Amino acid sequence: MRADIAVHDRPHTRELDLEIAGLDALELDAGRRHSRVRRVWSATWPKLTAIAIAIGLWQVVVWSGWKPEYVLPGPGAVFSQLWDDLLAGDVLEAARLTLRRALWGFALASLVGALIGVLVSRWRILRVAFGSFITGLQTMPSIAWFPLALLLFQRSEGAITFVVVLGAAPAIANGVINGADHVPPLLLRSGRVLGARGLGLYRTVTMPASLPSIIGGFKQGWAFAWRSLMAGELLVIIAGVPSIGFRLQAARDVQDTPGLLGTMIVILVIGILVDSLVFGVAERAVRTRWGLVDPTH
Amino acid sequence: MTLLDSSRVNRSIAPDPCTTPRATAVDHHAGAGAATPAISINRVSRAFGAGAQRIVALDGVDLTVQRHEFVSLLGASGCGKSTLLNILAGLDRPSAGSAAVDGRVGLMFQESALFPWLTVRKNVETALRLRGMPRRERTGRADQLLESVHLAGFGDRRPHELSGGMRQRAALARALAQGAEVLLMDEPFGALDAITREILHGEVERQWSEHALTIVFVTHDVREAVRLGDRVVLLSSRPGRVVAQFDVDLERPRSLDSADVNDLASAITAELHREVRRHAG
Repeated sequence: MRADIAVHDRPHTRELDLEIAGLDALELDAGRRHSRVRRVWSATWPKLTAIAIAIGLWQVVVWSGWKPEYVLPGPGAVFSQLWDDLLAGDVLEAARLTLRRALWGFALASLVGALIGVLVSRWRILRVAFGSFITGLQTMPSIAWFPLALLLFQRSEGAITFVVVLGAAPAIANGVINGADHVPPLLLRSGRVLGARGLGLYRTVTMPASLPSIIGGFKQGWAFAWRSLMAGELLVIIAGVPSIGFRLQAARDVQDTPGLLGTMIVILVIGILVDSLVFGVAERAVRTRWGLVDPTH
Repeated sequence: MTLLDSSRVNRSIAPDPCTTPRATAVDHHAGAGAATPAISINRVSRAFGAGAQRIVALDGVDLTVQRHEFVSLLGASGCGKSTLLNILAGLDRPSAGSAAVDGRVGLMFQESALFPWLTVRKNVETALRLRGMPRRERTGRADQLLESVHLAGFGDRRPHELSGGMRQRAALARALAQGAEVLLMDEPFGALDAITREILHGEVERQWSEHALTIVFVTHDVREAVRLGDRVVLLSSRPGRVVAQFDVDLERPRSLDSADVNDLASAITAELHREVRRHAG
């Protein structure tokens, strides 16, 4: 019976080959893509416009005379002083120190958060026990940890790291847990039929399928880490260590409002840059890979 | 022979890919007729929920599928077709009765269920890896398989870059990579346009004959069932039960438009209508 089919099939097979090739050629879209330059520009100009509008509004408020200029200086005064400070190098020095703290704290938080996330998403019992606890931790304002941190670590780097990790780790763990929760059941079934079980299934299907959510968790974790760090640097000032937070406090103490606003701008810019250059790019890469980006946009 | 027995709840009901004996296509064929059937389902029932919410999806289903047989499983919605395939694939257990599958099982769905984060080639390689093939052999074998479903040159694409029909062919290559001897297909072409469907009928038929596969093909399209099956098995709805079987003694390859296919399809459709009407009262 099988031989019959094979003989019968020959001419039919050739026809089939041609039809399949023809259909594939017809169905695949031409794949037009906008150039990279155009894509970057179309993502950038709305941001630049928004910044221009914000600065414009600020200038209008200053012109309105709502507050005297030594309390609320205009953008001109702030940016020219920021420029001088940048040239003098001490802003960069402070930013370097603060970023080093942020990276160290974030790395530690990533390790702890990812580990907890994997454990909790793997075992149902841990899930029931700690799931809502982790979400609860996430809603806890980081500033509320400082009194405890100061008691435990005194005024030291340890106190700052402690709070940064506690701020960021729950968000990261939650990203891992949510990702595992939202793996399409079809993909899990598909993995099981292929023979993956237990840890193998987790590695082959659950982990990679969770990647978008995991990146989301890291992104949120970074925002929490950065916020906690700023709070920490205001509260825990270590002598002889001129961090960004220290500059903020020092500027307030001597009523240097242009310096104060300039430092705030530095904090904002660093936050935005890391968010869009690191996490934005990672997110976009994953979405493109998965085909979740509309190619016409 | 792996027994899927409801009374042994602690045992994995999936055939273990490492221990299931690997029969070659020739062995398969030589054994046809005389040896154990590829699938035997004995009085399998499956109910979900309890009390008033209890739904009986399958009720005493009996079915035997011989090696290298192509069986179309036809039924209106809610007849538990997918439940039956899940049981055969080891993803679900019968509430009563037993089901046995001899050979490695592959399962295809209406959606390709390819992993979107991997290229098409890596998807196929994953099946090879899980089957225990050494790393250095995988790429070559994956390319071979992709070529056999006419996807040579598409290995580096991601699933979303392919058309629906191409994705299903990639899923077919993945099932073959798995070393599937028994292929369960759950409305695999339900989401495709008519012409793609017809072409894929030819493709599945060819792979079936080349690899001496045993195929259970679930569909709600009567003509498709007749076009492909050696036998069309009609399942009733709620509870699912085998109500009728039709042998399809038509020469292959068949055409969806041929008079023979349509005559048999009409007869089966009439039976299907009776079955649906039974639920009105």
